[in-house]
Amino acid sequence: MQGLRYIDGVVTLELDRDACTGCRMCVAVCPHAVLEMADDRARIADRDACIECGACVRNCAAGALSVDPGVGCAAAVIQGWLTGTEPTCGC
Amino acid sequence: MSECCGPACCGTAVEEYPYGKAPYVRGSVSTLVGDIPIVATGLTTADRLGVWQVRLGIRRGHYRILPGLYAVGEPDDTAPVLVTANYKLSFDALRRELAGRDGWLLILDTRGVNVWCAAGKGTFSTDELVRQVRKTGLANVVSHFTLVLPQLGAPGVAAHEVRAATGFRVVYGPVRAADLPAFLDDRMRATPEMRRVRFGVADRLTVAGTELVILRDPRVLTGAAAMVIVAALGLLPWQPILLTLAAGVTAVLAGALIVPFALPWIPGRAFAFKGALAGAAVALVLLAIAGGTLDVAGSAAVLLAVTAISSFTAMNFTGSSTFTSLSGVLWEMRRAVPLQIIAATAALVALVVSVLW
Repeated sequence: MQGLRYIDGVVTLELDRDACTGCRMCVAVCPHAVLEMADDRARIADRDACIECGACVRNCAAGALSVDPGVGCAAAVIQGWLTGTEPTCGC
Repeated sequence: MSECCGPACCGTAVEEYPYGKAPYVRGSVSTLVGDIPIVATGLTTADRLGVWQVRLGIRRGHYRILPGLYAVGEPDDTAPVLVTANYKLSFDALRRELAGRDGWLLILDTRGVNVWCAAGKGTFSTDELVRQVRKTGLANVVSHFTLVLPQLGAPGVAAHEVRAATGFRVVYGPVRAADLPAFLDDRMRATPEMRRVRFGVADRLTVAGTELVILRDPRVLTGAAAMVIVAALGLLPWQPILLTLAAGVTAVLAGALIVPFALPWIPGRAFAFKGALAGAAVALVLLAIAGGTLDVAGSAAVLLAVTAISSFTAMNFTGSSTFTSLSGVLWEMRRAVPLQIIAATAALVALVVSVLW
């Protein structure tokens, strides 16, 4: 994406290819083309581009995907630190 | 995730447009479930002005649409159903692209928050979609079973659960409303390009401005006023006071404008690091212009403070970007925040040393 890449090697996205039914829903909803189809199943093509939005996990009827979803927002993390809760946008 | 701390995030509104009498309503269409308001597809000057008011944080409270079913054109039971949030800018972006078309708009109650952010917060959700489908009697309005959702609503909506609960099939449309005509014309197929979130220079500058509101923050203004009063009363000399204020403004501008603008070209991946580089660069420029009268401690104070503030401000831009993950933000914050605190503290010590000696 225009040379914009974020931190490598930290994303929590996991895919269980054996559980995948090949419905392609995750490929459709991913806004960063993290997933692709290979041999009629989803495959993680670019894990470091994942923003952990959770769209693929939410729309995987087979439960083949997992991620710790969240908002990549420092202000939200600070808000969470200050209030002792999960990261929140404070609104 | 994107724009979540950006302009459209915090829906604190209480005011809503009335159903049926709002300025954008152009009549009504009779259906089995009653009269449905028809909305205009052309935006008025007031609509366009509203975009800038929202971006600048003014009058955000006026920007909710009453949730429910609306019409564009002269839709019949075969017209597509397009779902969006009750944030007026989302609603405006959608109806503007539907000029010359017939369709139904199903507006979910996201408390005036945009689609992507609301999906992350869980208000643009499976439950809310199911609730609105049932409440509006949509199955009595259309004879098909397809709902077109913006792709960025997917973090909040499970298509298979919507189908199980309502019988309606969810089709995820393009990320941008501008691609909707092409999507609809191609039998509801999105190209890979339509599915990608971008973050070009225009996008970056649009959301960058909102970080500047810190310069309008009452606490910041009070602090600045207090420093001016201290100088006016002769308690401290003007020179360090003015330089402190200039450094503060410069630092925020570096983190909130230079970093968003030059994001792809500043080295590094972490926003805090990019912000520190931009801050150090502008601090050196500031010192070259105004630092001739400063001693070493004073120069160090400016350099450290501007670097730390710019780093912090740029770090907060992660929430307005479209390609950051929470894991990545935590990774950089664990490293950057202690350094920012150390630099800010050292700057304060250096400032005191510079003033007293």
